[in-house]
Order: sequence, then structure tokens, then C-alpha cells
Amino acid sequence: MIRTSGLSKSFPGGVNAVRGVDLAVEAGEIVGFLGPNGAGKTTTMRMLTTLLRPTGGVATVAGRDLLADPRGVRRRIGYVSQGGGTNPATPVGDELELHAMLYGMRRGPARERIGEILERLDLSGLESRPAGALSGGQRRRFDLAFGLVHGPSLLFLDEPTTGLDPQSRANLWAHVTRLREEEGLTVFLTTHYLEEADALADRLFVIDHGAIVAEGTPAELKGGTGTLDDVFLSITGRSLREDRPSAAPGSSRPGPDGVEPSHQESDGVGSGRPGPGGVGSGDGEPSRPGPGGVGSAGSGPGGVGPAVPERSAVAPACEER
Amino acid sequence: MDVLRDTWTVFLYNTRIVLRQRAGIVFGVLQPMLYLVLFGPLFATIGSWETLVPGLLIQVALLSAGLAGFGVVFDARSGVLERLRVTPARRVCLLLGRVLSSSVTLLIQSVMLMTVGYAFGMRAWIPGVLAALVLMGLLGVSLAALSNAVALNIGPELFAPVMTTGVVPLILLSGAFLPMSMAPGWLDALSRATPFRYVLEAVRDLFAGRYATWTVAAGVAVTVLLSAVCVTVGTRVFNRENA
Ligand SMILES: Nc1ncnc2c1ncn2[C@@H]1O[C@H](COP(=O)(O)OP(=O)(O)O)[C@@H](O)[C@H]1O
Ligand SMILES: [Mg+2]
Repeated sequence: MIRTSGLSKSFPGGVNAVRGVDLAVEAGEIVGFLGPNGAGKTTTMRMLTTLLRPTGGVATVAGRDLLADPRGVRRRIGYVSQGGGTNPATPVGDELELHAMLYGMRRGPARERIGEILERLDLSGLESRPAGALSGGQRRRFDLAFGLVHGPSLLFLDEPTTGLDPQSRANLWAHVTRLREEEGLTVFLTTHYLEEADALADRLFVIDHGAIVAEGTPAELKGGTGTLDDVFLSITGRSLREDRPSAAPGSSRPGPDGVEPSHQESDGVGSGRPGPGGVGSGDGEPSRPGPGGVGSAGSGPGGVGPAVPERSAVAPACEER
Repeated sequence: MDVLRDTWTVFLYNTRIVLRQRAGIVFGVLQPMLYLVLFGPLFATIGSWETLVPGLLIQVALLSAGLAGFGVVFDARSGVLERLRVTPARRVCLLLGRVLSSSVTLLIQSVMLMTVGYAFGMRAWIPGVLAALVLMGLLGVSLAALSNAVALNIGPELFAPVMTTGVVPLILLSGAFLPMSMAPGWLDALSRATPFRYVLEAVRDLFAGRYATWTVAAGVAVTVLLSAVCVTVGTRVFNRENA
């Protein structure tokens, strides 16, 4: 479904956001792209969805060559961006209809399909509401509907649950898993949440500083003993849990916590955004919701806040070693 | 045919949004309307309504279609634009649909101004007025396309101050409030360097029932050229990665 070789992107100003990524995703898989903020996940995904032109490498997406036939790619994929994409003041149903029609569907069949998708996503009856009048979880499921309405074979989800509360998050996971069966989907998703990667993905690519640093099933990566964070830590010398408040008094993680270069690391990972990110936003990129934009749902920057408490609530299993 | 269909779809969608927020239409025409009501009667003592109303049409064009880029800034920020850019629809359709809808808004506003103008005693020939509306529609397309391009290029923070300031000299230089034939040489020359003067003088001729004049020909030529250039620039910006 996806095959890339040496995919790279450097932005003007010398930011090498993605450096030679090789990916292979087979049909029917749910593949996770795991990495801290600023690792290059969104940039990779925007290249694969034809929104950004790679500065290096080649890719085939949904059977089409990314560079030679971008419209062919677009016809076959669905994309749910990190910040979603709904006009807060227009009824979501209207927007869905426009969206479906831009994929060449006629109004009648489009409406039928929209009804069907909304029912699957437990959103029936909400189509006359403007996006601004929906809860965070509902809005995210509508975002999902946009990605699915034309029946794509490949769905890209960029940070599907960032900023959601634990219930909505678990709910969205359940929907994605079920949709994969019902719609025969291949799903490629990015996340910086370990439990999301663990709960959702059949296979993972771990990315850091624009390069793939590990690949395998969650079980393989954990090697039966560690957590995904331990894996990430052992490969990069940094923890993925940059969002863990340094206080973390209730941390259930065993010993290594004290030794890990967690504070120094939290600087490193954290600065991936404010530092170089500042450069990026300087040259005006209005269409990128950016990390801050996600927070518009009401959470802080990057929506990293809830990570600690909900971890135990949603996926206690993956936390014990 | 895809192109027409997709343009139409985007146009309908945007127009529905515009019509839903009727306040936006009224607000866009408010300033020229105030000129018409509070300045027009004064102007009519030395000039004519048929001279003033075309000027106010240029004013509303610049204030309404010229600031249409606000919408695209908003859509870029909310992620709508990016979502549309992942559909197979060609980018020129995304631009044209949106721009045509701004143009229709401008036509509604123009009709509002002309109606009030007629009520005050403007005498303009209906065929000329209809021809002027065609020009206005084209001017609306040009200005909205340009405005969208500028908005996507300079970003949301700069757009408001740059554009709201930028349209003022353009309105004045078009001769909207007093014909430029009264201006001193340097101002007249400066005015000739802007496209809107030609459009305006053509509209004045059309209102007066003079159809086959060089002024009208020049106005039509400038408007057509302007729209071709602006739509090309706009499409290029919409096409550009990461726009
Ligand atoms: N338009 C841009 N211009 C310059 N730098 C950018 C741009 N977009 C992203 N970057 C930089 O590329 C890096 C990767 O960003 P991104 O792909 O958004 O990371 P992630 O999605 O993994 O959090 C970051 O350092 C970011 O600041
Ligand atoms: Mg991202």
C-alpha cells in the first residue's frame, strides 16, 4: 500500500525534517508511526498525502507514484490531519457533502454514503450541527468521516486522539479497529502516545529526528520485557514521555526512571518544537494547523497534558513493563 | 468537465456560507452605502448621481472582493483548505469556486447600491447598467483571486493591515469620489497607472448610455486582462505546495 525509499524533506532555512525514510506498509495493516513531537511524523504524512513535495526519495502510495500521479494518489486515500479540518460555523453535513462531491460522487449517493458512515461512527443526527457545537470526541469522529466518505483503501490519521479525554480516545480506537474490518482499510497513523501505538497498531515504525530508528510489532519491539518507552530510550537515549511532568510523583515505572536522562531529555525533545518550530512558523505557513492549533479543542500546546493520568485509565496493561 | 463540476460544487458551497451570513454582505457594502446616503446628496449639487454611483461600485469592489482573502485565511487556519487540497479536485477549481462566490457577493452589493442610487434620482440606462454589472462580476473575480493569493502569501497577521490600508489609495486613485479629469497632472498620471480608473470610467460611460466608446473598450480590455493575470497568480499560489 505504501512503499517509500529515501523519502526526505528539508525546509528552507536548513531544517531537515525528514531524512531518508524507507517504509513498507501492506494492505490491511494498521501501521503506527511513533515518535516525539517534532520527529517529522506530520511532515512525512503530508508528503505521502501529496500536500508537500519531497525534497528527496520516491514513493508509491495506494498503487500510484507519488510524484508522477498525485491526483491518482488523492483519489485513493483519505487523510485526517492533526488539527482536523472543519469550518466551525457550517453544518458538518454540508461540508461532508461538498467533500464527497469533490471525489466525484453525485449528491444522492453522497448523502446515502454519509448517512451510512455517520451511523457507523455513532454520529447520526448530528449532521445539521456546526462543528463548533460538537464535543471534542464527536468532532474527531467527524474528521474521521471526512477521511472515509469516499471509501478510500488507505487512510492516513495524524495524531488521531491528541487532545481527547480517555473515554473518547478509547472510543476512537475501537472505531478505527472496527472500520478496518468493515471497510477493508489500510491505516497509517502517527502518534506520540505509547499506549495508542500499543493499542492500535499491528506494526510500528519508530521515528526520531526525521529518521526511522526501529521497526516491528509492538511485541517484537518490547521484546517481551520492556515497555515501548524503554525501547525508545535504549535506541535514542531519550524517553518518549517528554510530556510527563517532571514531578511525576505517582510514576508507576520502576527503577530506571530515576536514572534515565529524563530531565535533560525533556529539554531535548521539548525544544524540537519551540526552537526550530519557531523558525517554521516565521515564514508563514497558514495552512498548517501546527502543534499549537491542535490545542484549539481546549487543551494545552500539543495536547500533551492528559497523558499521565489517562495512561492508567485506558491502557493499564501496557504500562506494566 | 470535472473542472466545471468541481468549480460549481465549491461555488455552491461557498455561496451557501455567504448567504447564511447575510451580515457579511451588508457589512461589506456599508461604507459605500454611507457615502451614497450622507455624501451623495452633497455631491449631487455639483455633480451627478450617475458619476458618483459608479465610483461607489469601485469602492465596494475593493472593499468586498478585495478583502475576500480573509475567508481563505480563515479556512487555512481551520484546516478546511488542507482538507480540500487532499481531494482529487484541481486547485484551480478550489480557487475559482471560491472567487466566483465572492464575485456574486459583490454583484449583490452592487445591486443594493444601484437600487438606492435610483431611489435618490440616479438616471442610468438599464442596458448600460447590466453591461456594467458584467464588468463588476469580472472585476470581483480578479480582486478576489488576487486577495486570496496575497492572503496565502503574506499570512494572516499581515493581511488585515496591508490590505485594509492598501485599498484606500486604490479607491482614491480610481477617481471614485471625483473624476480624475479634475486632478493635477501628477495625480492624473498616478491614477492612470492603476487599473481601476479604466474600469470606473468605462462604467460611467455605460451608465450614461455611451456604449461604443474607446473608454468602454479600454475598461473592458483592462478588466479582462486583470482577471486573467489575477486568476493565474491565484492558481499558482493555490498550486504551490504548502500554501
Ligand atoms: N513548514 C515548515 N517549515 C520549516 N520547518 C518545518 C515546517 N514544518 C515542520 N517543520 C519542522 O520539521 C520538524 C518536524 O515537524 P513535524 O513533522 O511537524 O513533527 P511531528 O509531526 O513529528 O511532531 C520540526 O522540527 C518542525 O519544526
Ligand atoms: Mg505532527
